[in-house]
Amino acid sequence: MIKTDTLIIGAGPVGLFCIHQLGIIGLKCEVVDNLDKIGGQCIELYPDKPIYDIPAVPECTGEELTNNLIEQIKAFKTNFHLNERVEEIKKVEKKWIIKTNKGTEFEASSIIIAAGVGSFEPRKFPTKEIEKYEGKQILYSIRDKKVFKDKAITIFGGGDSALDWAIELSNTSKVILVHRRDEFRGMQASIDKVNQLKEEGKIKVYTKYQLDSVKGSDKIENINIKHDDKTIKEIKTDYVLGFFGLIMKLGPIAEWGLNLDKKTIPVNTESFETNKEGIFAIGDICSYPGKLKLILSGFHEGALAARGCFKYAKPDEKYRFEFTTSSKTVKDRLGVKE
Amino acid sequence: MPKITYIENSGNSQTIEVANGLTVMEGAVQNDIPGIDADCGGGMACATCHVYVNEEWFDKMPKKEDGEEDMLDMAFEPKKNSRLSCQIIVSDELDGLIVSTPSKQG
Repeated sequence: MIKTDTLIIGAGPVGLFCIHQLGIIGLKCEVVDNLDKIGGQCIELYPDKPIYDIPAVPECTGEELTNNLIEQIKAFKTNFHLNERVEEIKKVEKKWIIKTNKGTEFEASSIIIAAGVGSFEPRKFPTKEIEKYEGKQILYSIRDKKVFKDKAITIFGGGDSALDWAIELSNTSKVILVHRRDEFRGMQASIDKVNQLKEEGKIKVYTKYQLDSVKGSDKIENINIKHDDKTIKEIKTDYVLGFFGLIMKLGPIAEWGLNLDKKTIPVNTESFETNKEGIFAIGDICSYPGKLKLILSGFHEGALAARGCFKYAKPDEKYRFEFTTSSKTVKDRLGVKE
Repeated sequence: MPKITYIENSGNSQTIEVANGLTVMEGAVQNDIPGIDADCGGGMACATCHVYVNEEWFDKMPKKEDGEEDMLDMAFEPKKNSRLSCQIIVSDELDGLIVSTPSKQG
């Protein structure tokens, strides 16, 4: 059990700046994020897109913003629990006990939800009958490529993940690559390699096809793919891999007894606390009259939520407002040498 | 103001006046049309505002920009007449446009 003052859910820009705000008032925190890297939507959706409305930063990309925020919180040596999703929270006396899908447990006096539109999850096939095969023969990520040795694998998708795995697995497996249109959107070198392997007969490529149906009982026996012109092709396959990118899902947050308005959590604008004592929500996931879904608004929300967490972490102390320019205590926390 | 008709997967349909210059996505979100999530807020980064454009209208639309087709690869059940509604800007030429929303966005 990891004990901390505040658990932050979400390592996007708003969660990152909140670490700073907790840090300068002397609170410790741990961060959980379902992505495999820090930065949230800024890194996953638009690392290269310039942002023009960060105060005092005329232009920066999602990746630059993330890197700068990481630099700004370096002194706090925060632990990030990546690739983990918070599943359960429960109040025991005055503390929250938090459990992730990997079994990590935290005890914290407060929780700050900075989860954007929810956690990023792989997009799935729309086909109805696939559910019972998911996680077995239908996969959206690869943990152990050895299971595919000498098997027939059908890969769906047109981006780098689909292309890279098609190339990699073609060494040891019989690979068919299926994509909904003629163009692939991956790196040119990967596209060229796939075309070369296709020429050499090492990969079969079917474009303008999508998954139509899956046949089998306990195990998949074959699948049907359907061309744009409606013709159907039957493929015998052992595994089906889908690489359609990620989608954001609210997930378990919806089960915690928080008030929800569509996919957002209503908060008060004094401390950004939710209807549950000690649970705060900031950034895109919170809602209140006048809410703007801007990173800059999230920074403000995080600053106030951090102060809101203070009374839960240190009930016997009085919070004292201090400036980073003048407070020796704050500068020490930031590791500033004078 | 141009009128846009949104047909839900259930068959429910609503016709709404959407001001010129707004996107078909914004028209939906501002009027609480179900079935269009628009998680990324119009940044062409998420494919959750995916719609099917009525066949008659599909060819009359301004062409897709670079990147839209790439995002559509990730949409739920993309078809030939798929578009991202955040990329369709409402104008007088689109008065009467009919779009259908998919059974879900992901």
